[in-house]
Amino acid sequence: MDRLATLLSPLWPVEASTYAGNVDALMIFLLVVTGLVTIGIFILILVFATRYRRRPGHEPLQIEGSTLLEITWSAVPLFIFLIFFTWGALIFFQERTPPRGSAEIYVVGKQWMWKLQHEGGQREINELHIPVNRDVRLIMTSQDVIHSFYVPAFRIKQDVVPGRYSYTWFHATRPGIYHLFCAEYCGTMHSGMIGDVVVMEPAQYEAWLSGGGATGSLATTGQAIFQQLACNTCHRSDTQGRGPNLAGLFGKPVVLEDGRTVIANEDYIRESILNPAAKVVSGFKPIMPTFQGMVSEEQLNALLAYIKSLSQPPASVAQTPNLQSPGHEQQKPKVQ
Amino acid sequence: MSTAATISAEREHYLNKGYGIRSWLFTTDHKRIALLYLVTITFFFFVGGILALLIRLELLTPAGDLVQADTYNKLFSEHGQVMVFFFLIPSIPAVLGNFLVPLMIGAKDLAFPRINLLSWYLLVIAGIIMLHAMMVGGVDTGWTFYTPFSTAFSHTSVVEAGISIFIAGFSSILTGLNFVVTIHRMRAPGMTWSRLPLFIWAHYATSIIQLLGTPVLAITLLLVVFERVFKLGIFDPIRGGDPLLFQHLFWFYSHPAVYIMILPAMGVMNEIITCFSRKRIFGYSFVAMSSIAIAVFGFLVWAHHMFVAGISLYSALIFSLLSYSVAVPSAIKVFNWTATMYKGSITYSTPLLYALGFIGLFTMGGMTGLYLASLGIDVHVTDTYFVIAHFHYIMVGGAVMGYLGGMHYWWPKISGRMYPESWGRLAALIVFIGFNLTFFPQFVMGYLGMPRRYWQYPAEFQVLNVLSTAGATILAVGYLLPMVYFLWSMRYGKIADANPWNAVGLEWMTESPPPTFNFDETPEVTWEAYDYGRVPPQPREVAVEP
Repeated sequence: MDRLATLLSPLWPVEASTYAGNVDALMIFLLVVTGLVTIGIFILILVFATRYRRRPGHEPLQIEGSTLLEITWSAVPLFIFLIFFTWGALIFFQERTPPRGSAEIYVVGKQWMWKLQHEGGQREINELHIPVNRDVRLIMTSQDVIHSFYVPAFRIKQDVVPGRYSYTWFHATRPGIYHLFCAEYCGTMHSGMIGDVVVMEPAQYEAWLSGGGATGSLATTGQAIFQQLACNTCHRSDTQGRGPNLAGLFGKPVVLEDGRTVIANEDYIRESILNPAAKVVSGFKPIMPTFQGMVSEEQLNALLAYIKSLSQPPASVAQTPNLQSPGHEQQKPKVQ
Repeated sequence: MSTAATISAEREHYLNKGYGIRSWLFTTDHKRIALLYLVTITFFFFVGGILALLIRLELLTPAGDLVQADTYNKLFSEHGQVMVFFFLIPSIPAVLGNFLVPLMIGAKDLAFPRINLLSWYLLVIAGIIMLHAMMVGGVDTGWTFYTPFSTAFSHTSVVEAGISIFIAGFSSILTGLNFVVTIHRMRAPGMTWSRLPLFIWAHYATSIIQLLGTPVLAITLLLVVFERVFKLGIFDPIRGGDPLLFQHLFWFYSHPAVYIMILPAMGVMNEIITCFSRKRIFGYSFVAMSSIAIAVFGFLVWAHHMFVAGISLYSALIFSLLSYSVAVPSAIKVFNWTATMYKGSITYSTPLLYALGFIGLFTMGGMTGLYLASLGIDVHVTDTYFVIAHFHYIMVGGAVMGYLGGMHYWWPKISGRMYPESWGRLAALIVFIGFNLTFFPQFVMGYLGMPRRYWQYPAEFQVLNVLSTAGATILAVGYLLPMVYFLWSMRYGKIADANPWNAVGLEWMTESPPPTFNFDETPEVTWEAYDYGRVPPQPREVAVEP
């Protein structure tokens, strides 16, 4: 098996996430099925072209067609296509539904670099250090044009769009260094917007975390910004504020002044900071000024982390992710 | 033969009716306009081809060393825009369709000859603007103009390129309009819908897409221009716009545009395969209706270009499912072409070699489309070289093979001369080999993870890139050859008679080249399409045995 893998390595990408194996299984199924059908068609054409080549005394036979054949070769492919669709959809569904309790990492794309913010406060550019065997969810946005976060070894890709958040997640299975590419054309140095995803053993990852020189968790940074911008004068931790109390807000439904109900997700909070008049909470006046242009994408991420932390039991605020998930395998780091 | 040559030299036909430049620039003869288009798109094909070769040369090494990053970005953007809007979309419809639609249905000309000429002028004006844009600043948005990069960040001639494609779009709309009206109103007596050559059905379906889809592209590009010039907030989120709105509008046209390129080529296939198998088409009505089905379903699948762009889970599921619906009529066509060869009497002529090449390459392009429609696979391979390989198999492997096959098949009718058969076969073989060597490695490269539009790339992708570049040089030879021997044949080629292939279409029942008004008497059709039982079983002019 190892020898086969070595032999195929220039032709097949390394699998370094739980998701990658699922994608590859479907890929192999597709290769086999479409390969057989394609070869079948080619053989038929070659056989017909040889067997029925022009020869003296050989008259062509005029055939009008066959409804039965037409129905067969429409229905059978359609049935096979439905298998392709269903299998692909199931995998995609998995890619779109991160498990609860995933570690969250914030990603900001800009021309032409990736900026990453860990919950523990560590910040990186074009390098993402993550522990093996842990669910990691990325919350991504762009501060200029559209980019796309692509890690071939994980088989994940997600466009990163300015003005909104997009998400992806993965569960790395194999320590090593893997390519991070920008996959959506973004200008001059699009091909330079690349980096490394470094998947580490838990012990090494701990060492990396403590060596990072982070001054405080992302939520703490967010709290500082919250106070700096004087958000706390209105959004107080009691019911007396001129703005809604933000404790326990994240992920919950919010009733708006116009009667609509929205879920307080990342996009809602972002909009409420940058364009507060868009969705006014029921019972409050539209008095909040816009913070458009006053907070950077990274500061917004810190604010998000802080507001999220208000919805968690105090003990877990700004804690580093739990690294020792059960059943992880020990593997040597492998540079790809 | 010498008497035939003398007669054809004396006979007046569309080519010798006038010689001055004015007789061409002010012509309303659909056949002459077809030749105007031929010259125009051949020019743009070589412009686009040179850009492609420069791209492939840059990618020979992992480092960005041949050209600057900005130059490279302009190369692939302009390659795409020129090839799509100034070669592929006009190619078969505006050249072969223009020449053949009236001839095949027994009409004197298209319904609106002056509008036909106007559409050529629009393409030329658009082309000049595009060339000017390329000279003065270039365009670096990709052919896709994705916002907000195109509206707020690019420093290149985006407005000019947008206006150019806007104008080219009207050329395409007018051609489509002309074909729809002509096919409805000008069929010869007895040429019922069920007797139409499938080339006509394919062009009918294509015209519907051109009419319904192109205006959306025009509006979209106009909005890009407005946002860029007047700083409106339509697509740019900073100004309150929505960048995904652009992608929806763009692909609403640009996905069906793929069928504008491939449907006419499928139409050509039916004519060639039946003629050189000496068979009627297998399953006429299924092949005809599959063209219409492709045109209709083609409008319902656009968001499969956006699975990772940020559309919702459920819209992704729906567009994935719908994308498979458009694959069924394509599969029907491939099966019917194969079945048509069954118990035929097959001659390996140049057009047939292109047709077989088409089936092979289109099948591979179509099959890999099934991978891309599958959500789980698409996430990994979208925006990689896998996609590049896939759509080149369809648009170059399919559409260009179809175009070249058609050019060879109807060259005797168009020029009145035969091309050298053995050179034709050689070129077909070179194109097939060069194409596969260029684009097959790109499937592997894409699954390995090489993103598209990369000026420099990690060293592990180099071997595959070198193979691809080597293939591109072979492909270039394959494309140059027909141009050389077609030009040669205009002077030195054997004189072609009215029907060198013993084919059954109406276009073969008038002289080669046809007289200005096509038929001396309006033909009356009393037979079904592809009635090959009615004519001698052998195409006479393919005497050279392989």
